[in-house]
Amino acid sequence: MMDVGLGHYLAVAGVLFTIGVFGIFVNRKNVIILLMSVELILLSVNINLVAFSAFLGDLAGQVFALFVLTVAAAEAAVGLAILVVYFRNRGDISVEGVNLMKG
Amino acid sequence: MAPIIVFGPLIASAFAGLFGNHVGHRAAQIVTTFFVLLSFVLSVIVFFDVTYGGNAQTIHLATWMSVGTFDVSWAIKLDSLSAVMLVVVTSVSSLVHIYSWGYMEHDPHRARFFSYLSLFTFAMLSLVTADNFLQLFFGWEGVGLASYLLIGFWYKKKSANDAAIKAFVTNRVGDFGFALGIMAIFYVFGSVSFDDVFAGVSEHRDTVLAFAGMELNAIELIAFLLFIGAMGKSAQFFLHVWLPDAMEGPTPVSALIHAATMVTAGVFLVCRAFPIFENAEAASAFVTVIGATTALFAATVGVAQNDIKRVVAYSTCSQLGYMFFAAGLGLYGAAMFHLFTHAFFKALLFLGSGAVIHGVHDEQDMRKMGGLYKMMPMTWLMMLIGTVALTGVGFSFGMLGLLPWDLGFAGFFSKDAIIEGAFMAGREGVFFGIPAFWIGCVAALLTSFYSWRLIFMTFHGKFRGPKDVYEHAHDPKFAMAMPLVVLAIGAIFAGGVFKKDFIGENAGHFWHDAVPAASHGPAVAGDNGYAADHGEAADSHAVVDDHAADVGHDAPPAQPAADTHADDTHAVIDDHAEAGEGDHGGGHHPPTWVLLSPFIATLIGFLMAIWFYLINEGMGARIAARGGPLHSFLYNKWYVDEIYHFVFVRGAKALGDLFWKIGDVKLIDGLGPNGVAGTTLAAARRLAKGQSGFLYHYAFVMLIGVLGFTLWIMIGQGGL
Repeated sequence: MMDVGLGHYLAVAGVLFTIGVFGIFVNRKNVIILLMSVELILLSVNINLVAFSAFLGDLAGQVFALFVLTVAAAEAAVGLAILVVYFRNRGDISVEGVNLMKG
Repeated sequence: MAPIIVFGPLIASAFAGLFGNHVGHRAAQIVTTFFVLLSFVLSVIVFFDVTYGGNAQTIHLATWMSVGTFDVSWAIKLDSLSAVMLVVVTSVSSLVHIYSWGYMEHDPHRARFFSYLSLFTFAMLSLVTADNFLQLFFGWEGVGLASYLLIGFWYKKKSANDAAIKAFVTNRVGDFGFALGIMAIFYVFGSVSFDDVFAGVSEHRDTVLAFAGMELNAIELIAFLLFIGAMGKSAQFFLHVWLPDAMEGPTPVSALIHAATMVTAGVFLVCRAFPIFENAEAASAFVTVIGATTALFAATVGVAQNDIKRVVAYSTCSQLGYMFFAAGLGLYGAAMFHLFTHAFFKALLFLGSGAVIHGVHDEQDMRKMGGLYKMMPMTWLMMLIGTVALTGVGFSFGMLGLLPWDLGFAGFFSKDAIIEGAFMAGREGVFFGIPAFWIGCVAALLTSFYSWRLIFMTFHGKFRGPKDVYEHAHDPKFAMAMPLVVLAIGAIFAGGVFKKDFIGENAGHFWHDAVPAASHGPAVAGDNGYAADHGEAADSHAVVDDHAADVGHDAPPAQPAADTHADDTHAVIDDHAEAGEGDHGGGHHPPTWVLLSPFIATLIGFLMAIWFYLINEGMGARIAARGGPLHSFLYNKWYVDEIYHFVFVRGAKALGDLFWKIGDVKLIDGLGPNGVAGTTLAAARRLAKGQSGFLYHYAFVMLIGVLGFTLWIMIGQGGL
């Protein structure tokens, strides 16, 4: 068995972060996937925080992770609410259609 | 007294122009007419006082401007030359004012019209009474302005506006030359006052000026530039194009400005500046050639015109040509004499034409007239007098020794004096004298032809217009008829009565030193000095004629201002006049055939007109209808307007297009405002394309940015 160190956690977090980011701009189908990608990014950050907290023996990182979870929950709630309203208005949640911000 | 002559019309003009709306038309008419009549009465007094009384004087009114050595005064110079002009201007102006009472009866803007007329009179009077070139220029521009306003008086008529602008622009060309001439005068002489300049002419005879890259004799150059100004104002060939079009103005205006007074300002200028022209042989030759050309040109064109006013306008142009070639040949007295007589009969012809036009419901086309003498006998008689005066009907009984005196109408004396003088000058070797004589004869023939053509087409034969117009044709009322009669009297007698004063044995006593009394052309007269103390002692009138004495450049000391001496001086002049007969071989009198040739030319023209328009009535119309090359050449005024249109109008338009389409639109706008705006807009468009509205695009860009930022910080810290 290999020894799991800080580097591995950071690598996992990095992979998750990358997946999340790519999920945002490669995804063309669904706004829900966008929300999920954002959750993934936040999650990767949380992993980083917790990993550093354990590594450095500083609890502040874990406290911060809890805050992030709270914010993420709130953000998911708001995001889904927007999504519902958006669906009611447009009858469609595909990302291709979300270009009203075009200049 | 003299200031009232000049400034009275100005006051009247200001009154009529500023308060015409408040006091009513009638008051404006009364005031302007009164002041002009007052000017006339005073002018006549001045005329006799100055010419026969010998009381020439310069009244200094004010210093106009004094900058360094440039000192210009506002003055009224009264000598024989300006006195003659005063009488001409104020008499014709008064009559035209009175005439306009009738002619402009129904015009809603009469007050403005009378204001302009008086303004013109003021400007013209300040022109002729100037004692320096700058004041003369002021009057010169003033009459130009008044002319513009009056040609375009009926401002709602497009053709009138166009004609007004054309007159103004054409005059600008001449005035440009005139202004340059005045500047050259100040540069050379250090003064613009007549007395200083004329006294200094002889010492500057060899001065050389650099002008337009050439080294030119200063006097020649000045004379030439002054004459360019005269050409514009007096409608000489090349700059004549505005005069016929100026007939768009009301007819009284044509009579006053474009026949009797303003257009003669050029002749006046040349006569006033005679000491300069006498010392400028080449420029005088140029004056002669242009004058002769105009006399012939305008007479030929007049033959083919159908508008009654245009015929008279071309006739004016032609007669001005006579005056100029006389002045160019050194016959200043004859030129002024013709100016004097011409004012009467040409004003008469114009006002008569106005009466005809008034009588047939504003019809100006002679092709639609005819047989009017039955309906308007008085106008017919007046026009007839004007015509015989213009064509110079008369016979040199006296000269040929058949009777003790010559008999003839006004034009006979002055025109024959010019034609004969041209012959004499030519025989003495003055450049272009003999050709001028022949041109004068041919032009006299044509003058006679077109004048009688006008009479026959208008008053004789069958009426060619609508019948009811003919039945309503009528003679003018008193206000219009009275000036005609007065002018007719002038047209009959002005020549015979004043001949001996203007050009005859009494000339020296009449002109004093305003113009040379005994003229021998510029080549010979070049030796004439100009009284040195002319300025200081205005009443000293020693006419310096050192022709026989041959003193050369030195002006002999002028006679002291004493009456006894003055008489002696005049006696001397008369001696010279007689002594001159022997000098020039052939005597003072030209040969008989020369005396007879203008008469014969006039007679031929008269008979031709009878043949074409009385015996074979309608023959002229048939020739016109056939449209042969000669007829269209003359009908289209030698195509001068077309050439000008092609060269100047089209040229100016092409140049304007170049500046507009390439210079302004492409270069200035293209690189300037439009260019900056366009570039900004295009850049914004290109940038806006990046804003797709898709969230993932923005996110991607943000990511790239974050990556770049991170990389930069890491490299900056040397972390990698």
